[in-house]
Amino acid sequence: MEAFTTLDGLVVPLDRANVDTDAIIPKQFLKSIKRTGYGPYLFDEWRYADRGEPGMDCSKRPLREDFVLNQERYKGASILLAGENFGCGSSREHAPWALLDYGFRCIIAPSFADIFYNNCFKNGILPIVLDADAVRRLMDECESTPGYRLRIDLPEQLVITPSGETFHFEIDDFRKHCLIHGLDDIALTLEHADEIRAYEKEQRARMPWLFIDVSG
Amino acid sequence: MPSEMRYTRPLSVHAFMRAYLCRGVNYMALTLFDKVWLQHVVRENDDGSVLLYIDRHLVHEVTSPQAFEGLRLAGRKPWRPSAAIATPDHNVPTIEREKGIADPVSRVQVEALDKNCREFGIAEFGMHDPRQGIVHVVGPEQGLTLPGMTVVCGDSHTSTHGALGAIAMGIGTSEVEHVLATQCLIMKKPKCMRIRVEGPLPRGVTGKDIALFIIGRIGTAGGTGHAIEFDGDTVHALSMEGRMSLCNMAIEAGARCGMVSVDQTTIDYVRGKPFAPKGEMWEQAVTAWRALHSDDAAVFDREWVFYSEEIEPQVTWGTSPEMVAPVTGRVPLISEARDAVQADSWRRALDYMALKEGTPIREIAIDKVFIGSCTNARIEDLRSAAEIVRGHRVASTVKQALVVPGSGLVKQQAEQEGLDRIFVEAGFEWRDPGCSMCLAMNADRLEPGERCASTSNRNFEGRQGMGGRTHLVSPAMAAAAAIAGHFVDVRDWQGEA
Repeated sequence: MEAFTTLDGLVVPLDRANVDTDAIIPKQFLKSIKRTGYGPYLFDEWRYADRGEPGMDCSKRPLREDFVLNQERYKGASILLAGENFGCGSSREHAPWALLDYGFRCIIAPSFADIFYNNCFKNGILPIVLDADAVRRLMDECESTPGYRLRIDLPEQLVITPSGETFHFEIDDFRKHCLIHGLDDIALTLEHADEIRAYEKEQRARMPWLFIDVSG
Repeated sequence: MPSEMRYTRPLSVHAFMRAYLCRGVNYMALTLFDKVWLQHVVRENDDGSVLLYIDRHLVHEVTSPQAFEGLRLAGRKPWRPSAAIATPDHNVPTIEREKGIADPVSRVQVEALDKNCREFGIAEFGMHDPRQGIVHVVGPEQGLTLPGMTVVCGDSHTSTHGALGAIAMGIGTSEVEHVLATQCLIMKKPKCMRIRVEGPLPRGVTGKDIALFIIGRIGTAGGTGHAIEFDGDTVHALSMEGRMSLCNMAIEAGARCGMVSVDQTTIDYVRGKPFAPKGEMWEQAVTAWRALHSDDAAVFDREWVFYSEEIEPQVTWGTSPEMVAPVTGRVPLISEARDAVQADSWRRALDYMALKEGTPIREIAIDKVFIGSCTNARIEDLRSAAEIVRGHRVASTVKQALVVPGSGLVKQQAEQEGLDRIFVEAGFEWRDPGCSMCLAMNADRLEPGERCASTSNRNFEGRQGMGGRTHLVSPAMAAAAAIAGHFVDVRDWQGEA
């Protein structure tokens, strides 16, 4: 996983509440067995006027010009400003994979759905929760200022606007640590292999029905 | 890693509490969620997260290939392969299965699951196994999900299994890999919410209607950050199938887990299931399971109480499960929205759904009907739909009406009861088990502009096919809509029959 410390990026506002993972990456693209290559299909039904299928060459597809990601001024954005309950719906990690593959490293919203929020951290994407008023202000500034950029400072937990205004955000220490260092949490968990084994031994004696072998 | 981040705390309060619980002595009032959680804490980390042991890992073809690939690349083996079981469900065809999967991309994914299960020693109910089906139907049906377990699957509707008094939650693919490799998850304990529904179960109202009603009240983010315990007489009057429909949709209320405490209905359901404990171990298990309820003095972070008399059969009208109305009601007016954000969402939804504000629900005509999904494809669901359909014909204006059983065994049972004939004689198509038109990853889908009465769980834009319009309902409501060609109040219908 790529580490995340600071980011200075172009911002795109997606001013909708309850953006679900079906909208972020429609189901037909979930048939891939890879982690990459989803970027061209991000928000497929909102970006393109035709029905997308896996493997299509998206450079020739008809665009929905009114969708923000298709606007020239937002090309190359790496920070997404979003509405409340972003990423609701399915657990598909294809949603953060698609956002990452498109180029987003940070999403700022008033709230996120739990599973999506969790999935972001596993992929080097920083989801930032700011209060609804702050997000509204950033959206308004972004819409009225071509080339609007934000600076994200994860160690200091700050979002910094072009005028120098700062917004503090909260994040779990452990998640912050893993993100800053790009750590693989499986390796961290396996440092406790002995404790897992000890737990299993104890639990198996006490509740053997939890260990009925289902592989037979 | 700096030393302060290392997990060095010795045996914690969690471990002590687990020891007390195991002796059957409660020293403090705990919620159902607390009890199961505390039984599964391997260690507590310095930042307050825990290493949570996972008893059962259910695997399907869509969210697992990248996890297996991750294991392979890191040279890791599954920690306890006998805790996991796989079945393909999202991509499988529901017709002419003996010919294999026509879509080459879907085929690769299902074959990858077969191959990965063989390579890593994980049991699989393959596409042609009579036990194959939707993973959330198969788990409880086989006794793979037991009360008091921790259950995960790379699918948000894993919340379904909480109906048995388990902590069951959906995880992403990175966590699928983490559970395969370590049999644990790193988690912070969510907050606990109790939603009580009190009063006798009204006629024509199902677990699905209760779920939609609750989501309509608390919103799709109402349960975010919480585990929900559904409680109260109405909930405990539901069958296990009804409780599964309810817990299934906890995720649509934003909660990763929904749970119902263990009662006699739970124990009777689990008894005799293929992977349930037997003999002396069964007796021992039942004794432990009887403690799986919230203590009287348990404190919840948030509580809701609803009364069953308020609940009517529900129909969603928009593109989020919270956009729901009773069948006797109407699509709301934009002016009734609570704020500008909601008004904007409603406007967008009505535009997508091609509905006018104020339209009575019973005037909405449909093009297709889908009875199936992990929410509503169990035997009781099919029985309740068949009851409505018996002796009638699907309306001529309805282009297609599908019944997709949740598993091969549900299908067999339904056929033994003659339900398949009732559906087929009425003009429904009787299919093979899978997720099918709930998310339209296989060939079963809506065409742009088509309107569907669906027993599934999500009415998001494009969910059942690009441009498709989904109305979520119970199986009986979907069946009645198929016959009438538009939504009808199933309570009147039952009155006529």
